[in-house]
Amino acid sequence: MSAIANGTVIDHIPAEVTFKIVKILDLYNHPGAITIGTNLDSKTLGKKGIIKVADRFISDEEIGRLSVVAPNVTLNIIKDYQIVQKKYVQYPKQIVGVVKCSNPKCITNHQPVATKMEVFDVAKKSLRCVYCERVMQHEEIELL
Amino acid sequence: MQNNFISVSDLSKEDILSILEEAAKFEANPNQRLLEGKVVATLFFEPSTRTRLSFETAANRLGARVIGFSDPNATSTSKGETLKDTIKMVSNYADVIVMRHYLEGAARYASEVTDVPIINAGDGANQHPSQTMLDLYSLWKTQGTLENLDITMVGDLKYGRTVHSLVQALSFFNPTFHFVAPDLLRMPLGYREFCKSHNLAYDERETFDEDVINTTDILYMTRIQRERFSDLREYEQVKNVYCLHKSMLDNAKPNLRVLHPLPRVNEIAYDVDESDKAYYFQQAQNGLYTREAIICRMLNIK
Repeated sequence: MSAIANGTVIDHIPAEVTFKIVKILDLYNHPGAITIGTNLDSKTLGKKGIIKVADRFISDEEIGRLSVVAPNVTLNIIKDYQIVQKKYVQYPKQIVGVVKCSNPKCITNHQPVATKMEVFDVAKKSLRCVYCERVMQHEEIELL
Repeated sequence: MQNNFISVSDLSKEDILSILEEAAKFEANPNQRLLEGKVVATLFFEPSTRTRLSFETAANRLGARVIGFSDPNATSTSKGETLKDTIKMVSNYADVIVMRHYLEGAARYASEVTDVPIINAGDGANQHPSQTMLDLYSLWKTQGTLENLDITMVGDLKYGRTVHSLVQALSFFNPTFHFVAPDLLRMPLGYREFCKSHNLAYDERETFDEDVINTTDILYMTRIQRERFSDLREYEQVKNVYCLHKSMLDNAKPNLRVLHPLPRVNEIAYDVDESDKAYYFQQAQNGLYTREAIICRMLNIK
């Protein structure tokens, strides 16, 4: 994959969520160059994905969104072909307005209230709704 | 930060014990005009006569004025007003808001849009923490302690909000649980895992008999609702199996007490009412004292 002059390299993506990340970051509408690789052999992940985006930097808010589907990806910030910073995606304290609560009786599904989740179990990647207290397993997590 | 009373999961062991001690003072003297000049709002977006009367009596016995509604159809909620707007409006008038809502998470959300303390009087199937406090008070009062109790929960353990909250709250006090329920209504996995991760001893059984009754300190009975069954024959069977009769208490421990969040249907036979082990009516009365304690705590009044 060709190197980029300025932008972000998103690495260590579990292969099955590569295209989810494209969607979360709305890269469809990004005017700069994008290279997407997936199902690449990886020692730690088995199969991994990697995304290189020119002239695009990832905000903390977006990192929060990424954390929900891919809590362990790394972000390499590239300036002038050099990695100037490495960021590790970590769960924020609260995840606001990203994940739909799976409880049909939760207030966030009925009134204009932004969803708010807390990490319930880091290892299992499960979340808990701050409002209705429903625990969602990783497989149940649905993005808004 | 504002005081709120939203969920059992917010309570520490110290919180629980201090509310119980305050409640005991109100039991000794329920009429204390500590809230003279204060206004308590009771907003019942879903009807619940029992809980509302208990809270309103608590407020009245403390000398507060009560405003609110018991039928949301008569309010602007029926015109499509959001919960946020209703709470904002009532916050202009009241010193504390007691609310019941059919949506889960409603009380937590309400607490975020106002500085007035919120007391959750039930949010859907989620939490009803004042019920849990009156259950704890009943255990504490009848057994003299909350520590190391042997507690048998019977009936609908799957949907029974009160049993879930009680398991959560008792996790500080080294309990032993026996969960007695038909397979269809057994204690949910999440709560069994909660017991394991908090090192709480428990067993599960489908048979409700003297085996478990004779060694336990508390029999916590719950109502099995017909709506939960798709096969009504199964309901008829289960309904009779999980019914307590007075004769079943003959060899029970002298300190055993029978609790039930009420209303009961047929899971406790009427002959049990005469037993000195029946405690469910006093249990409901304890709601008054614990709610007096909770309201005062929200207003930092002792």
